[in-house]
Amino acid sequence: MRDFTLGQYYPVDSVVHRLDARSKILLTIAYIVAVFMAGNLIAYIPILAFVLLAARLSKVPGKMLIKGLRPLRILLIFTFVLNLFFGAGEHILFELGPLTIRDEGLSNAIHFTLRLIFLVSGTSLLTLTTSPVVLTDGIEMLCSPLRRIGFPAHEMAMMMTIALRFIPTLVEEADKIMKAQSARGADFSSGNLKQRATAMIPLLVPLFISAFRRAGDLAMAMESRCYHGGEGRTRLHVLRFQKIDFYAFVSVTLLIAAVVLSKNLINLP
Amino acid sequence: MSETIFSLRDVNYIYDHGDEYALREINLDINKGEFVAILGHNGSGKSTLAKLLNGLFIPTDGTVLVNNMDTQESKFIWDIRKCAGMVFQNPDNQIVATIVRDDVAFGLENIGIPTEEMPERIDKALKAVNMLEFIDSAPHMLSGGQKQRVAIAGILAMLPEALILDESTAMLDPSGRKEVLETVKKLNRENGITVIWITHFMQEAVEADRVLVMNDGKISLDGTPKQVFSDGRKIRSFGLDVPPMARLSEELINRGIVLPNGILTVDDMQREVLKLWQSNLKM
Repeated sequence: MRDFTLGQYYPVDSVVHRLDARSKILLTIAYIVAVFMAGNLIAYIPILAFVLLAARLSKVPGKMLIKGLRPLRILLIFTFVLNLFFGAGEHILFELGPLTIRDEGLSNAIHFTLRLIFLVSGTSLLTLTTSPVVLTDGIEMLCSPLRRIGFPAHEMAMMMTIALRFIPTLVEEADKIMKAQSARGADFSSGNLKQRATAMIPLLVPLFISAFRRAGDLAMAMESRCYHGGEGRTRLHVLRFQKIDFYAFVSVTLLIAAVVLSKNLINLP
Repeated sequence: MSETIFSLRDVNYIYDHGDEYALREINLDINKGEFVAILGHNGSGKSTLAKLLNGLFIPTDGTVLVNNMDTQESKFIWDIRKCAGMVFQNPDNQIVATIVRDDVAFGLENIGIPTEEMPERIDKALKAVNMLEFIDSAPHMLSGGQKQRVAIAGILAMLPEALILDESTAMLDPSGRKEVLETVKKLNRENGITVIWITHFMQEAVEADRVLVMNDGKISLDGTPKQVFSDGRKIRSFGLDVPPMARLSEELINRGIVLPNGILTVDDMQREVLKLWQSNLKM
């Protein structure tokens, strides 16, 4: 349960780490758009190249990225298998009893699985190379124009920082409660769906109570450290656009261009 | 004489949801640079007292002055909290950020310190608690004692005059407790920071300049550790225990062994026993 990388910062110094958080967020959004625009398998080549380049530049070990995919493995297998066997298409490529693999099914299976893999690995690069505080600073600054229409940009960013900070703590706690309940005979792993859901109640109730208590404690600790909202607050991390940000935007523009070109020029399935 | 930093006059405190006094008629002056230990069993009001000292709670009656600023006046509240920082019991529930550096910066950001000044202050604060090498670590990877030292650094960076530790060692293992106590003692000794050390571990109060014993919302005893622990029976009547060495010397005295009063540490005990042994040899 502890080995998810989403939201876990990998602290090294690299070009990608030094990019402005705002540009990294915008780049990631552009990247997601590019992944969704990929109309055929050829289009994944520039995307793959982009992810590999970014990963290489970020000095994040490939193992970390692959570890981030691990919690998704069941979803990935599901996506692949379902699309493979239940896809439409005119040509039957393979038939064994009730199982048929059709051409469109096969290409969809590969397509959707790749899309998921690229979405997760690309976006987890954002959280691996950006400390959550800087990340939320970036979100706050990107959203701050909306403050004029009453959008609570600072409050939202603070909530996200705290949520990220407490994920490992609460995961650890859930683990502890689960062990304690198992030691007293609770069964979390057998029975049908309804039984399993019911078995979760003795886990969720103490977890919620403790989360509320933690929230109360934290509020008091924050207040005694003079927290009083976003007004008059200075920052440790000041965001500044630099030359590398410009290059990053150029590269993502090239990526989108390549994806669009592959869609229009090459008519492969 | 030395200046007072905390001054409480006729303070009563009643929680919103109850009608019983949590604190009753507290009159207390604490001088700058003092190391004050506050002892008391659960529900004796010691944590409530701590929260009155930096304006987290406002007294129902009476006044609390911190550096001559009244906690009741809201315009002073941030200056008061800057002056009297507070470390809480649960190390996990007071760290806001996901990186040690950012957490220490949190208080500085709140009080509007310019960005250029922050790195130096952060380094200094972490150095003072001996945690500089962990500046880029994630708090959840640290031990309890280390987390508490980060929490202390977060306050130190704001350059406080006083540090209030509300049972900050209660959830730590013995080595973590020692780490935190040694750190705080050093800050008191070398930087002259006033320390309010709230605990239910008697041994931790032994080296304080002054010990307050709380019972039933009142300050029942107030004096040096020697004075306070000299009467074991009285301490026990407040639901507390005496420090181990005080207990041992009490037992020895009861058995007719001649020992002076006020032995509180192992070192004292060793010295006195050796003295006794040498004088027996001479006879």
